[in-house]
Amino acid sequence: MKMWASSSFFFFVGLLCTHLSPVSARIGASDSGRTQPTERISGSAGDVLEDDPVGRLKVFVYELPSKYNKKILQKDPRCLNHMFAAEIYMHRFLLSSPVRTLNPEEADWFYTPVYTTCDLTPNGLPLPFKSPRMMRSAIQLISSNWPYWNRTEGADHFFLVPHDFGACFHYQEEKAIERGILPLLQRATLVQTFGQRYHVCLKDGSITIPPYAPPQKMQAHLIPEKTPRSIFVYFRGLFYDVGNDPEGGYYARGARAAVWENFKDNPLFDISTEHPSTYYEDMQRAVFCLCPLGWAPWSPRLVEAVIFGCIPVIIADDIVLPFADAIPWEEIGVFVDEKDVPNLDTILTSIPPEVILRKQRLLANPSMKQAMLFPQPAQPGDAFHQVLNGLARKLPHGRSVYLKPGQKILNWTAGPVGDLKPW
Amino acid sequence: MKLLAMQLGHADGQSSTALRGLSPFDSSKSPATVFWLAVHALCCLGSLVLGFRFSQLLVFLLFSTSPIFRAADQTASDNPIFLLSNPSSTTVNQSTPHVAVGRHGIRVRPWPHPDPIEVMRAHQIIERVQREQRAQFSARNPDPRSLIVITPTYVRAFQAMHLTALMHTLMLVPYEVVWIVVEASGVSSETASLIERSGLQTVHVGFEQEMPAAWEERRSLEAKMRVHALRIVREKNLDGVVMFADDSNIHSMELFDEIQAVKWIGAVSLGILPHSTVDESDQAVSKIMNESKSLITVQGPVCNSANQFIGWRTDNRSTDMHRGGTQVDDQGSHLTGKLEWAGFVLNSRMLWKDAEDRPEWVKDLGSLNWDIDVDSPLSLLEDLSVLEPLGNCSCRLMVWWLRVEARPGSQFPKGWLINPPLGITVPSKRTPWHNAPPELPSIENASSDEEEIDQHPTENQRHERSFGIKRWHKTETVEPQLLRREPVEN
Repeated sequence: MKMWASSSFFFFVGLLCTHLSPVSARIGASDSGRTQPTERISGSAGDVLEDDPVGRLKVFVYELPSKYNKKILQKDPRCLNHMFAAEIYMHRFLLSSPVRTLNPEEADWFYTPVYTTCDLTPNGLPLPFKSPRMMRSAIQLISSNWPYWNRTEGADHFFLVPHDFGACFHYQEEKAIERGILPLLQRATLVQTFGQRYHVCLKDGSITIPPYAPPQKMQAHLIPEKTPRSIFVYFRGLFYDVGNDPEGGYYARGARAAVWENFKDNPLFDISTEHPSTYYEDMQRAVFCLCPLGWAPWSPRLVEAVIFGCIPVIIADDIVLPFADAIPWEEIGVFVDEKDVPNLDTILTSIPPEVILRKQRLLANPSMKQAMLFPQPAQPGDAFHQVLNGLARKLPHGRSVYLKPGQKILNWTAGPVGDLKPW
Repeated sequence: MKLLAMQLGHADGQSSTALRGLSPFDSSKSPATVFWLAVHALCCLGSLVLGFRFSQLLVFLLFSTSPIFRAADQTASDNPIFLLSNPSSTTVNQSTPHVAVGRHGIRVRPWPHPDPIEVMRAHQIIERVQREQRAQFSARNPDPRSLIVITPTYVRAFQAMHLTALMHTLMLVPYEVVWIVVEASGVSSETASLIERSGLQTVHVGFEQEMPAAWEERRSLEAKMRVHALRIVREKNLDGVVMFADDSNIHSMELFDEIQAVKWIGAVSLGILPHSTVDESDQAVSKIMNESKSLITVQGPVCNSANQFIGWRTDNRSTDMHRGGTQVDDQGSHLTGKLEWAGFVLNSRMLWKDAEDRPEWVKDLGSLNWDIDVDSPLSLLEDLSVLEPLGNCSCRLMVWWLRVEARPGSQFPKGWLINPPLGITVPSKRTPWHNAPPELPSIENASSDEEEIDQHPTENQRHERSFGIKRWHKTETVEPQLLRREPVEN
């Protein structure tokens, strides 16, 4: 009887401790004075934004022939500046990072540097039609030249697929859904910008990253912080994509058009399709910045809003935002359902000022801003490190990762016939 | 052929094919597609004949059961938030498809216009955010003192304009303000009614002399009025930073932040804008205006490289205007010039009868003959070198001095209000609305014993028109149907 009582006592104390500590970590800074300009950020995985991945994991970088990476980049150097440039910069970062190991036997994760989003149209938009074949060819190469792929069928490999719908490799959502994630990548970890719950193209265990936004360009447009924020809601971008969706209703699931139709004459909403040269400066003078979905739910506007301290108003149902386990986005941004867009003004004006100030304090946290950027050279706490942290959090690999000899799970002939052609 | 094939995908998502260039047409040519191609070709020919594209319409009518509306035109249906026809398309989504792919409605609420209460709330949010920004980012004195603002004024045509501007400036100041308004010719109700709208703590005193017309005498009377106000500060032992705001001056909000830093007496740079007085037919003024290359002269302290105060800067032009030049050297020589009061800031404790920590270089006000000796704040000092230059050693201009006044003796309606409204309008001969025939209304009461000025349209009519053109001295034609004739009371 006594033993039972004491053991249950310890059990409850233990429970209490585990409950109290994350809560206290979260509200740490708020007690220490309201005038503190920032607040610590801790997401569902805890206070992990500032973790250092060095020493927690080892990554082996496959040496692929340059036709998979360097030659593609040489053909079109615009790939370094567009919003899918993360795949290139991640490769460069990993080559010189302390987590890289040259001994594959001790590696926890394996990285395959293949630039699938670098086949650009004259306008600069990537064509995904050859990407499945390119990826398949790369995987065939690594599975035949190294034993590590076959050992796990890719479960301890990770790939960067920053395109519109990730590893579904298509820009059109229906076609992407039809194709689904490339069958060969079924077991690998995907690092992608696309994130939407209950969607075929987001598989469990993927790491969502922000789209690439040029850090120097944004730093060059910073204005003094005491410039008063006088714009209530700010947005610049398309509402109707007349080239591809003239009647409206397809683009952004009608949400952007709804924003325009409901708020075009509202003085609180500074929205238009213009491309002003003071775009970045204006964002710094706004309290809220709209980040509605476009053809895909993600956009660089989120990154820009975070860097410039403007509270992002995310209008994209079921979206999964970057590093969602490390960053508590619900506390930082405002989420509006697409069906609630006509009431956007009511929603935004009824947020209590204390909540708004708190969101601004969280945004002002430098580790928050750093986590959204891909600076060159890499800096501690930036998006590269957050990716590595995410990978480190998935360690150690479970036992299902390693296959028994002779066991095969992946179907190498699955998928559309066109994908099976060699690249 | 390829073009037709691309147009075929209209029922399901046809997105970026046009943008990305011709995509490889990778679906196989089954009989169904060939059939659809044929139907589509027929429809295209038909629309060529008819003149509008009906193929989509046809397919929708045939295959869609829900009715079709135009987006955003219709305001109300059963559902107050109305949509286009709902999509029926392929959802190859897994488990719980929360979001369907395909065409969605554009939701517009029935009254898509701003709601004034929400606008007000948004402004309150913005104001709160800006207050927080100020608290965090502008380097502010952690212990702000209240401001004592001294303004001499008198009733004149432009008083309402100047005083309202100053009033609103002071209302925006984020510190406590005590506003001492000294009025020539005694306290008047017009000034009082203007001031009480501010919501600030005001002290409104009258000064028994009338404001003279000549410029020089006006200056000296103003100085006396200011000194009178200083006396009040002394009597009431008001605590704070004393600044002199003439009602026609223009202040920058940064000025009020800067002057918090004054310890005893400070000076800021003053920008003197020309056109000082309209009624000065001085040749001196016109000569200056012709000679001046820059429109603005700056009056203020000058520092050496160690940021110490070494002298004044007044341009020659302003010395001509004010007939003064100043000199500060180690012997503390006698100041001859006339510096504007607006450029000086005092600590009110300097004026008190007995303040413990008052430095010795401040002359005790009780010992001065107020009316003669004090013509600028510098008269309160025995030693000029203690002057603190403010505002980055006065490199920044934060206050501008400008005297724009109407001719002395200008008539204007009392309180700028015409009551009861005049009922006579006379169309002017030259109007921008040339279509309206000039209709001469019958003149019901030719002479109104009201005001001396020209007739004006009634205030109500002006609001209806809302053309935004304010011309007090010209009349406007009114379109015949809008013309309202108010009987004038006798």
